Amino acid sequence: MSQSFAEIRRRTFSSIMFGLCAGGAALIISILLLVIGYLLWIGVSSLSWEFLTAVPTGDVANPGGMRHAIDGTIILVALASAVGVPIGVLAGIYLSEYPTEYAVTGPLRFIADVLTGVPSIVVGILGYELVVVPVSRWTESSISYSGYAGAAALAFIMIPIVARTTEEMLRLVPKNYREGSLALGATRAQTIFRVVLPGAFGGVATGIMLAMGRIAGETAPLLFTALGSRLLTHNPAEPFPSLTLQIYTYATGPYPEQKRLAWAGILVLLAMLFVVNLSIRLIAARHARTRVGA
Amino acid sequence: MPVSSLMTQPPASTKPQSEPPQVEMPARKRPLASVASAGVGASSSGSQYPVIEAIKRGETPEPRRHESVMGVPAILEVKDFQLWYGQNKALHGISMPIAEGKITSIIGPSGCGKSTLLRSVNRLNDLVDGVRTAGSISLRGEDVYARGVDVISLRKRLGMVFQKPNPFPMSIFENVVYALRISGERNKAVLEQACEKALRQAALWDEVKDRLKGSAMGLSGGQQQRLCIARAIVCEPQVLLLDEPCSALDPIATLRIEELILEIGQRYTVLIVTHNMQQAARVSDYTAFMYLGRLVEYGRTADIFQLPRLRETEDYVTGRFG
Repeated sequence: MSQSFAEIRRRTFSSIMFGLCAGGAALIISILLLVIGYLLWIGVSSLSWEFLTAVPTGDVANPGGMRHAIDGTIILVALASAVGVPIGVLAGIYLSEYPTEYAVTGPLRFIADVLTGVPSIVVGILGYELVVVPVSRWTESSISYSGYAGAAALAFIMIPIVARTTEEMLRLVPKNYREGSLALGATRAQTIFRVVLPGAFGGVATGIMLAMGRIAGETAPLLFTALGSRLLTHNPAEPFPSLTLQIYTYATGPYPEQKRLAWAGILVLLAMLFVVNLSIRLIAARHARTRVGA
Repeated sequence: MPVSSLMTQPPASTKPQSEPPQVEMPARKRPLASVASAGVGASSSGSQYPVIEAIKRGETPEPRRHESVMGVPAILEVKDFQLWYGQNKALHGISMPIAEGKITSIIGPSGCGKSTLLRSVNRLNDLVDGVRTAGSISLRGEDVYARGVDVISLRKRLGMVFQKPNPFPMSIFENVVYALRISGERNKAVLEQACEKALRQAALWDEVKDRLKGSAMGLSGGQQQRLCIARAIVCEPQVLLLDEPCSALDPIATLRIEELILEIGQRYTVLIVTHNMQQAARVSDYTAFMYLGRLVEYGRTADIFQLPRLRETEDYVTGRFG
């Protein structure tokens, strides 16, 4: 009798736990669907060819498009990656491949982890104080907001992420590949660049793409650095537009037509991030087939 | 006579710890099998193994090096070589010549330092933190541990194959010519010729000649290991170091690698570490038995397996001890 009671209690407990887990999952998924649905509902109706190709008109009733902001985001991410990816990858290689004293790599790794968690508004202010203000003084002009300053701030966010993922991915490459290469008389650098890095290519590329996705969605670091612009410009020396900044400006403004554009902008930004994430998956899947040791 | 010499054997082996040549006589005893079975009952007492006992006490008894191996022209000469991992001493005064153009195997229980010794030859142990060495290992008369030795060019003169096949994540062709590439060879004809030659010597050419551009990861374990052998011999090394090359392979692949080792032994000096005694017996000309970082007995493979001078060696190779 007591056994069947225990049995009932066990089953009840099991069902309750299952219900809670399933409920949590359902809640998350429904919130996500709600957000995407609402976004599509409002965003798609505002999305048009004009949105993608036209620049702001200045007319609040007929505000034009966001071509300038889309271009701006792409250029900012490209500039930031051009600086952040090489430095991040090299730092990751140093952390993983050069066995120095823990006294050096330990703090370095800790700093990288802390930097990854620094609120992005802090990075924005840092960019303002360390790039915008000094450049203004140096050129003796008014406040020099620029695409370069924005890209620098984004690169600053990118470097620790790329460094840590690169390190982790390189560590996954089995030791006997390094030994095999060194035993053939390869130098450490040859071993890293010919065997270890190609062996971890998929993982490193995934880390880079993740970091690119992260900075493409950043607003705060750009507020005091790139500032934003309503003009179509490809010159990063000027105040520079980005999707996130334009969305922020329009969404917090009073004009309904601009708010509609902001919704469309969010949709485009999410679509860009979705493409980036999809390519990560593809690379990772390819990587899984050719990975060393697999 | 054989039986009486058998009875007096234990004391005979305790006495001449410092004078190996003296033990020539007991080696003339009768075939092993009967000797070994006679010792089975007593072996549990431990007193049967005075050399092992001494080693376990931390001593380094003089190893039994057979005259047959001491006289050969040596390409490698290990002299009183010692190695520490931090505080742990892993190799104790190893001295042994490695015969040029022959296959020498090192056997011994796990952790006896045989892989450590092998990896000391191409200084791969340098990669481990806190490694110190003393004594010398000379390759053609040059001490590889001398000050100012260029480790990179030393390793280019030695080939090495590891326990687990480790083809690089690149094509079969690029794997084979890797050693040439890192030395700056760009001439396509030279690379192709070297690739074919090495693959033929590694008995892999016919299986992969149509897919040289394909990934090396797609090969079977045995093929991967033969690829690693091709990669190790592409620069015609002076010594080929094999670190338990078959331990990750199935019996058929193992057999093929063993045939290959015998064939490659015609061209190169081979030093092979193995935990498989039959393998040592099948492929090698000389065999060294190591225990806890010491060389115990070293001689012609036939002698080590059929006329060992120490009961320890005899019982180890017949699987009664270790």
